[in-house]
Formats: sequence, C-alpha cells, structure tokens
Amino acid sequence: MQLTDFIQSISSEFEDVPPGTISGETEFRKLEGWSSMMALIVIAKIDSDYSVTITAEKLAKCATINDLFAIAQSKAT
Amino acid sequence: MSTFSINNIRISGISACVPKKEVSNYDFELISPKERELLVKTVGIEKRRIADKGVCTSDLCFESAKVLLDELKWKADEIDVLIFVTQTPDYITPATANLIQQKLGCANSCIALDINLGCSGYVYGIAVASSLLQTLGRGKALVLAGDISTACISEKDKSTTPIFSDAGSATALEYKPGAPAMYFNLQGDGKGFGSIIIPDGGYRNPVTQQSLQNEQISEGIIRNKTQLILHGIDVFNFSVNEVPKNIEELLSFSAADRAKINYFVFHQANRIINEAIRKKLKLDSAQVPYSLQYFGNTSSATIPVTIITQIKKEAESNPLKMVFSGFGVGLSWSSLLVETDGIVCPPLIEV
Repeated sequence: MQLTDFIQSISSEFEDVPPGTISGETEFRKLEGWSSMMALIVIAKIDSDYSVTITAEKLAKCATINDLFAIAQSKAT
Repeated sequence: MSTFSINNIRISGISACVPKKEVSNYDFELISPKERELLVKTVGIEKRRIADKGVCTSDLCFESAKVLLDELKWKADEIDVLIFVTQTPDYITPATANLIQQKLGCANSCIALDINLGCSGYVYGIAVASSLLQTLGRGKALVLAGDISTACISEKDKSTTPIFSDAGSATALEYKPGAPAMYFNLQGDGKGFGSIIIPDGGYRNPVTQQSLQNEQISEGIIRNKTQLILHGIDVFNFSVNEVPKNIEELLSFSAADRAKINYFVFHQANRIINEAIRKKLKLDSAQVPYSLQYFGNTSSATIPVTIITQIKKEAESNPLKMVFSGFGVGLSWSSLLVETDGIVCPPLIEV
C-alpha cells in the first residue's frame, strides 16, 4: 500500500478540500469540514479499504495523515 | 457458540406504531446546513418521530398490539406470553409488561415480563417468547418492542439527537407443529457497557442535584448525567467487527445459502454502520431494506418498522426467508433466521 493511494482515498471523503492539497504531514483535524462525523467516515473508510480497526483512543493519538497511514498499514506489517 | 434453534413457532403478525410528530434533520440547528446535508447523506437519517410528553413506549406498543390482535382475530385472553422489550418503561418498578397485560385484557395466566434491551432486543424478545411457547407446547405470544429514546437524550447533543426516534411494535407468535425451525445466535459483551449508557438514575449512581447539571462535553455536545451517551466510534467498531461474524455463524449453523435469503433486516443504526456490515457480508443491496431515512433509529422497533414500511406486501403474501439482526447497547447483539409464510402486517399506525 502506498501513501499516495491512502491520501487519495481519504481526500475523496473531504468535499471541501481541493484535490492535491492533502499530504502526509497534513493535520486532518485542521481540514475544512472536519467533524466527529468525518472521524466516523474516515474510520469506516480505513476499515473497509484496509480491514483495520481504529479505536477512539488510537484516533485521539493521531494528528496527521501519516499517523493514520501508519495504523492502516499495521495489518500488512 | 451461542447458536440454537426452536421448532414449531410461526410469526403470524407484525405491527408498528409511531408518533405523528415528525422532525427533519435538515432543520437540526446545532450543526451547519452543510453538516446537515452530510448527516442525511452519510448517517442516512432525514426524518424522525418524537413522542409527545406523556406518551410512553407502552402506549405505542399497546396501539400496535390492539390493531394486530384485531387483524389476526385473536382475543387478548388467548395470549399466553407477553414480552415487553424496552429501556423506557413506564416506571422503574413494576414491570410494564403487567400494565400492558391488564390494559389489553390478557388473562392472569399470561406470562408477562420486561426485557431491558435496546437495539438487539427484538430478536432476544422473539427468542424468549418462542422458547416459552415451545416449553408450553401450545399457545400464542406477543413480543412488544420499542423505545421513546428521544425522552432520554439532550437536544443539545449532536451525537445523539439526529439519530434517535420513537416507535413501538407488536409481533405475534404462535405454536404451530411443523412450522420451520427458527435459528438464533445471541451474544453480548459487558466490557462495552460504557459505549451506550445513561450513567445516572439507576441504583449504581442514583440521581442527585449534580446529575441534572448540564456539562459541555465538547463542541456541540451538552448534556447531563441522566441523558444518553453514545460513543459513535466504539459502536461502529463493535458493530462492524461482531455483527458480520455473528451472522456468518448463524448461516453456517443453519446451513443456509445467503443468496437464497430474501431479506436481511438489520437494526437501523446508521447508514455508515449498516452499509459496512452489508459489504462485509457481501450482500446485495436489494436484500437489505432500509427505513432509516424516514424513521431514524427506533431502538428495538427498527426491524418491525422496516418490515412494515419497506417489505410489507411481500411479507404478507410471499413465503420469505429472512435474517433479522440487532446490535447495540449492552453491548448486545443477536440474529435470527426465520422462514415465514404470510405475515399479517397492518399498515403503520400513527398516533
């Protein structure tokens, strides 16, 4: 799994964020349109695409897209 | 393994009753219009029903039962078992089942009891009622299931208000030798008790002055300790991890072919959860009816509400193989595979 694919997959859920503006360093909570609902949407996306469960505690420790990517990859490694 | 089967029980009728008062999530002012659109699209709930003050779950279930008994031409004194599944009883004590028993005109010999379960409760109620009928070796049962969850939530809590809605239901079961077996898979896990909870008002944490003080939990969430807490991410993770496994076990135990099951009627939790479960089970959209958009999450009444409003005609006239699956507060989850041969389904009642 590539970070670029992951970013593309997550970006598609953010309607208000112009394509290409999200990078690994992006702090997802600062993205336009972030809300608790978006948190659930992102968790559902990662569950569906990568079969990885992100608990509320794990999410709380994530700040950037890279942090989410590290968890999404955890099953593969 | 928590699978078992019960023979000789037939589902004869299903009815449901909702309050007339309807609200739209497009008018939910706690979040921005853009968020409301996202809410309707992703959570899948547009409209909700709200019981007037003074209307209890038992009233909605009573209306459902009265209409259903009339349609079935059953007399109340023929009912041998009455199970009331709710988390919003009339009183802390006595059990509401006895009040409904009396109000309907059931005999003193009717076995009546409450079950304190929410979203998983409909299947549990059918399991308990069917087991009792099977043990009696005769008779008729009513499973009344529902909640007025809107009475327990804070209107200033964006994590609960747009989801919950009120409804009651009645399901008629009868002992009928030769009826196809019902297959069940009932599970629970108290470790997750805090995922959906009203912390104060029981005997662990009796109500004090402090219980009633509003607290700002986070942006868009103000509530007191007598109001419902819902940890959405916990509930999502639990549901998508446990429910597909539970249903796979049920299908394997009953040796059923999932392609030949006409409908998987899921508890209407929210669209994100339900679609994740559907995809994990590789089910066709046509096999999975939704009533969520119009009636929200009505706790233990969602399965009957979905049947009455979405697949009524087929349930009435065709033999169907269906899986019912409930999951939520407890944590508790349950599934049932049942073959029906024409269920009496009066139109949705509105009061």
